[in-house]
Amino acid sequence: MRCMLLGCALVLFASAAARGQYPDKQAFEVIEHGRYMATAADCTACHTAPGGKPFAGGGALETPFGTLLAPNITPDIGTGIGGWTDDQFVEAVRTGIGHGGIHLYPAMPYTYYTKLTREDVIAIRAYLDTVEPVGNLVQANQLPFPFNQREAMVGWNALYFTPGEFKPDPGKPAEWNRGAYLVEAAEHCGLCHTPKNAMGGDENSQAMQGSVLQNWYAPNLTGSRRLGIGDWTVDDIALYLKTGRNSYDTASGPMADAVMHSTSHLTDADLRAIAVYLKDLPPGGSGPAQPVSQQDPAMQQGQAIYNNRCAACHTVAGIGIVALFPRLSGTPLVQQSQATSLIRVVLEGSRAVATDAAPTGPAMPSFAWQLSDADVAAVVTYIRNAWGNAASAVSAGEVANMRQTLHRDAQAP
Amino acid sequence: MATKLPATEIVIIGLGWTGSIIAESMTKAGFNVVAIERGPWRDTATDFPPSYAPDELRYAVQHDLFVRPAQTTLTFRNNPNQTALPIRTWGSFLLPNGVGGAGVHWNAQTWRFLPTDFVLKTHLTQRYGAKFLPADMTIQDWGVTYDELEPHFDAFEYLCGTSGTAGNLKGQKQPFGNPFEGPRSRPYPTPAQKQPYGPVLWAEAAKEMGHSPFPQPSGNLSQAYTNPLGVTLGPCTYCGFCERFGCGNYSKASPQTTILPVLMRRTNFEARTGCEVTRIKLDNSGKRATAVTYIDTQGREWEQPAEMVFLCAFQMFNVQLLLLSGIGQPYDLNTGQGVIGRNYSYQVTSSVQAFFDNKIFNPFIASGAIGMCIDDYNGDNFDHGPYGFVGGGYMGMVQPNARPIEATPTPPGTPQWGAAWKKAVKDNYLSTILPSVHGSCYSYRDCYLDLDPTYKDRFGRPLMRLTFDFHENELKMSQFLTDRLAEIVQRMAPRQIAKLPRTGHYSIVPYQTTHTCGGAIMGTDPKTSALNRYLQSWDVHNLFVTGATNFPQNAGYNPTGTIGALTYWSLDAIHKQYLKNPGPLVHA
Repeated sequence: MRCMLLGCALVLFASAAARGQYPDKQAFEVIEHGRYMATAADCTACHTAPGGKPFAGGGALETPFGTLLAPNITPDIGTGIGGWTDDQFVEAVRTGIGHGGIHLYPAMPYTYYTKLTREDVIAIRAYLDTVEPVGNLVQANQLPFPFNQREAMVGWNALYFTPGEFKPDPGKPAEWNRGAYLVEAAEHCGLCHTPKNAMGGDENSQAMQGSVLQNWYAPNLTGSRRLGIGDWTVDDIALYLKTGRNSYDTASGPMADAVMHSTSHLTDADLRAIAVYLKDLPPGGSGPAQPVSQQDPAMQQGQAIYNNRCAACHTVAGIGIVALFPRLSGTPLVQQSQATSLIRVVLEGSRAVATDAAPTGPAMPSFAWQLSDADVAAVVTYIRNAWGNAASAVSAGEVANMRQTLHRDAQAP
Repeated sequence: MATKLPATEIVIIGLGWTGSIIAESMTKAGFNVVAIERGPWRDTATDFPPSYAPDELRYAVQHDLFVRPAQTTLTFRNNPNQTALPIRTWGSFLLPNGVGGAGVHWNAQTWRFLPTDFVLKTHLTQRYGAKFLPADMTIQDWGVTYDELEPHFDAFEYLCGTSGTAGNLKGQKQPFGNPFEGPRSRPYPTPAQKQPYGPVLWAEAAKEMGHSPFPQPSGNLSQAYTNPLGVTLGPCTYCGFCERFGCGNYSKASPQTTILPVLMRRTNFEARTGCEVTRIKLDNSGKRATAVTYIDTQGREWEQPAEMVFLCAFQMFNVQLLLLSGIGQPYDLNTGQGVIGRNYSYQVTSSVQAFFDNKIFNPFIASGAIGMCIDDYNGDNFDHGPYGFVGGGYMGMVQPNARPIEATPTPPGTPQWGAAWKKAVKDNYLSTILPSVHGSCYSYRDCYLDLDPTYKDRFGRPLMRLTFDFHENELKMSQFLTDRLAEIVQRMAPRQIAKLPRTGHYSIVPYQTTHTCGGAIMGTDPKTSALNRYLQSWDVHNLFVTGATNFPQNAGYNPTGTIGALTYWSLDAIHKQYLKNPGPLVHA
């Protein structure tokens, strides 16, 4: 019976596609497709505040320029998007021009969503029309002067924004193109994983080579074997996106949210398409690094701390336990050009994402109350340079800065 | 005055091992489940992370994870002629508190009771005659057999990932396993843990003497394991901080490491922590539970209506709640009538300390359940005829810990403090072993639980009163088994041994074990048991009671494996029979 229903749905999908630009927004298949695309685009990540009603906005986005609050996108007439026309919605999503002509900030990733098809965006709107309207007035712009001047975005867009829908590459298979569409448009992976210039624009020449944001390092996703996912198979990537873990890595920090709210809900076919596309990215990023000498005092100190504090879970050899404790030996994640995430995780602890397929959700405790800045620097330097790893040393000053940034008081037991 | 809450389908009192298993099973079946837990929420990384989990002072000495006697306690006396006094510092046993219950701080020694243990009265009477048993001994058959429980032992072991070596696969004896165990349908989910030096030497000595040593089954895993619910545990690191501690390495089977991650994802599950249940309410007929009342940390009283109630608190507190709720007839010592509080039993532990000159055992390389054991003197695995007692226990060289504060082995005659004591500790720490006996404790007419007439808890409710002493049968058993253990230890050629059998009256002060049992036992006759063979109250059909509180008497093993199996057994009957036709599952 279920198969029959799905079959009907597919037929209806086809007819909806034929209607193209103006689908029936009350049709089940359009709403259902919109729900899926809203999940793929991870709208909820920003537009649902922690503990808040779905899509009612208010979630804070820390940017290098200040704080933005995600607006209410429920169909509430007064405070949401209930009064918007479809064209206004499409324009906001795909060009960053909001209701009344105001310029959105690119924290709303219209620089990526511009590649979404109009049909997909209308479907998202159709879905959003079905969620509970919530009266919640959000003052999105919390930026200080001069960044609070939205008109500045005109110039910014001229420099860093290339509007235009995704164009499939006819030389590539359909699966590759589906993956490219999901990565470049809906999932907006580059928003975190592509380095930014001083004005927050993408450094397109270094696409997907890793970047710092919100005090996390979003790692290199290119085919580099040392820094990226060159060693991962298509299945490894799909498994990671589905379950939040594979034998190389465990999703934590903002990626845990992305897996929880978005990728773990995608179809296996779409995850595979994403993987196929990512696997095709050419290796990028810095070349081989010179490892810190094993005789370096920081390495000696770091090894002692590691064996005492870390080895019980991550093992002395740094190989970890599959599905539970991340591997550190030979993994790109610990050898990125900046150790931001490593320092943060040691100071603050971290919880791996829990998914239906991998519900364990193991966590690492905070060591901020036990280890000094110099201790953390030493152990992170050791992890980055033990077992054949090679990456730059970390200074106590970097750790001190992160400690200050996190504003988390050391928590004694 | 309690504020009435919207009804739910199932209420679980106490979110320990059995409460978690039941919550998982019932939410999976689609029911709305509310678990009410007296203690706090507990989670590995936030409550016992490896960065401070091995804090012996905090957890082992100061009892951090246990219920505070200031919150609730019980009174104790050795016999009915004495006046019981309240326990103000835990001693003989350590009662749990909080999510995960005793499953957080156990040693994870995961046994199956012997097939004869479940039909004990029948078996012993047939083999030795009724007159062989002491007149005041009140042992009973359980109403369930090993064969009936086997699939449920299996389910619990595969939930936990238990590490061990099978001794009997579908009736075929296996080398290196326990030849006395009941037949198991498949091997342990993970191989036995690696054995330290002391257990290896002890096993060699036992084997030379004709015994059959095997590795102790352990819930501290030999390797990473993903259980049928999809939850992953890591391998044990042999740190030796198991009993009294939470495991920071996700290596010890507990509700936290096997069930709760899945349960917390279920939208039809809710846990209310810091809430102490005060009463199970019945309808006018007294045959159906309608709600439970509880008090939160702000002192507010709530009433939670439900269709079914599972009483899954610790053994002692299950009995107390039944008595306070007026469910079942309280046990009356004078008449021997009544069932609630009847057949309290415990565990009779003993040991042999052995000091060596030429051996380094590295006792700190430890796990709560690594060791080599024999079952030759357990249950009725040997002829008791010549010895004049019944019962037995496993014995073995188990190396659970040698922590810096409390592991201070010194030979008899050493001063108890000062320079000579320090020197003796230093000389003996690495070269001393403490093989032990885990002996059964059968039930007696004068060992029971009732409500204390004098002492009350902070809500004004009477405290539980424990009346218990060791009986001659158990002391004989302890002497006999400790002697047998000493013979094996002597073969290891130590410099000196000290036999420590259990003697004299039971003392509530020194720690022995937290295996308190009975008080709301299962059975086949409502005159002698509180629950039927499915753990269903004879009196209130929509009330099920779990835990060691079900044991009619205690066998010579740690109880948790059997507790887990009984819980799955009960759930099986609930799903297959009770839910289709709610009512008594057994008509007496």
